[in-house]
Amino acid sequence: MTPFNAIDVRKDFPILARSFNGKPLCYLDSTATTQKPKSVIDALTAYYSQSNANIHRGLYALAEESTNLYEGARARVARFINAARPEEIIFTRNTTESINLVAHAWGRKNLKEGDEILITAMEHHANFVPWYQLSKEKGVVLKVAPLTAAHTVDLDALKKLLSPRTKLVAVTAMSNVLGTIVPVEEIIAMAHSVGAKVLIDAAQSVPHFKTDVQAMGADWIAFSAHKMLGPTGIGILWGRYDILDAMDPFMGGGEMISIVSVEKTTWAQVPQKFEAGTPNIADAVAFVPALDYLDRLGLDAVREHEKELLAYAIARLSENPDLKLYGPLNVEKQGGVLSFNHKVVHAHDVGTIVSEEGVAIRVGHHCAQPLMKALKVSSTVRASFYIYNTKADVDALVSALARVNQVFGLASGGSR
Amino acid sequence: MEKVQGGAMGGVDELYREVILDHFKAPKNRGELDNANAKAEGLNPLCGDQMTMAVFIDGGAIKDIRFDGHGCAISQSAASMLTALVKGRKLSDVLGLTSTYKKMFGINDGVKAEFVFDDLGDLISLEGVKKYPARIKCALLSANTLLESIADFEKKGA
Repeated sequence: MTPFNAIDVRKDFPILARSFNGKPLCYLDSTATTQKPKSVIDALTAYYSQSNANIHRGLYALAEESTNLYEGARARVARFINAARPEEIIFTRNTTESINLVAHAWGRKNLKEGDEILITAMEHHANFVPWYQLSKEKGVVLKVAPLTAAHTVDLDALKKLLSPRTKLVAVTAMSNVLGTIVPVEEIIAMAHSVGAKVLIDAAQSVPHFKTDVQAMGADWIAFSAHKMLGPTGIGILWGRYDILDAMDPFMGGGEMISIVSVEKTTWAQVPQKFEAGTPNIADAVAFVPALDYLDRLGLDAVREHEKELLAYAIARLSENPDLKLYGPLNVEKQGGVLSFNHKVVHAHDVGTIVSEEGVAIRVGHHCAQPLMKALKVSSTVRASFYIYNTKADVDALVSALARVNQVFGLASGGSR
Repeated sequence: MEKVQGGAMGGVDELYREVILDHFKAPKNRGELDNANAKAEGLNPLCGDQMTMAVFIDGGAIKDIRFDGHGCAISQSAASMLTALVKGRKLSDVLGLTSTYKKMFGINDGVKAEFVFDDLGDLISLEGVKKYPARIKCALLSANTLLESIADFEKKGA
């Protein structure tokens, strides 16, 4: 593993040259979406300037070129996560749609009243609401594994909730709020031992850790291009081929059919079966340079970089007696995400005040209200790190947070 | 000089004026109201903040009012200021005052009001929130919850 220099990385991201209110942009919200390198932005322009045509239909050279680029993107994603074959990659709009696809195309067909779905208390709403909806529609029981005091998934409790009635375990690989890294391999083994299928919400893990779906052993994983340097509008569902093959289609329309007639309409093969209509060709194509960029840096180096920033951020923010930090606070068990609250000032007010210093952080419930309830808070402030962040960003956050006490007229460490 | 949102001149210090922080630190009319006959719960789905308005309405006027819940300095101070403003007022005045308050943020709810911003009491100090569009919901949470509680009361009476 060769470490990289984030100062050099920053030069590839045009947006990082912006300033707000006279202060350079300090972007600490990559968990929501990452910024894009110039190679991705250029690929979008190049596709529309040079290669645009609808795919899979035209017999002319341009349509062949476009089809090759789109299918090339599928193969590139497959290689990135070590999928057994490119057909196992289904392009969707985002992680949310990928999970909904499984809920509709697998869940509706295979789940019946009394079956159980097991999730954890730290799921994003994307991996909660589709199962909640399915439970209401089908009479399926939705069970939630709790957290430990250290803000990790309580594996003992999770194990006790598993039974032969458990048909699906749907868990995040990394919390978007706490940064907690979930031991998914262990959970997959436990779930498979009772015959349950496993879906991994990998939106926060694939961008930050090396992912090998064959080694991991899940049945499906879902993630989004825009959280890993790629364009918005592209999500990925990976599934084991035999499982995808046995699933119903998701939406009906063009591209997803084999033969259409009123008497009998048959479905196309995987993956076209799940990609009705003209897909988001340009954004899939422009996702390729994002993956090239990450592979060039190396995912192991990305992880090391984030560990270093997280350790520094935990240390610096811990110096502030007014802040309460959440999560494992251990770089081995936590990705580059740090949630905290000011003891007196609400997360919203903190967000507004640091924004004036050019610092972009996320405040609110982070689409994880069940987790907020478990933490007994309504919202948190969240800083998250990626390849272009440096210790200077953490320092900027620390200085901006000092403004909070100033604006509210509070002494440091004091109460209201 | 280019004028930017929350610009360096004034900026957040201008937003979080002393009167706002005073209401935040020592809110008026906070707590429960045992004899309430109108109640509503408001939610800011953006942040998960909740607010309860409990009102005692008698003779077409607000005789007593309390708010409860948790939230940011903007939502909590607005609730404190609003409850102080409407206590003792006729319901028709309350509708006019909340409508005028909304106009301060460029929102027209269609209610014909004879009030001006100067009639809004301490609420006028929240005018700076209009420079922070994402925070207008915080400033309006208490007003909308109060209107819901009045609508609920009128529905029960009808």
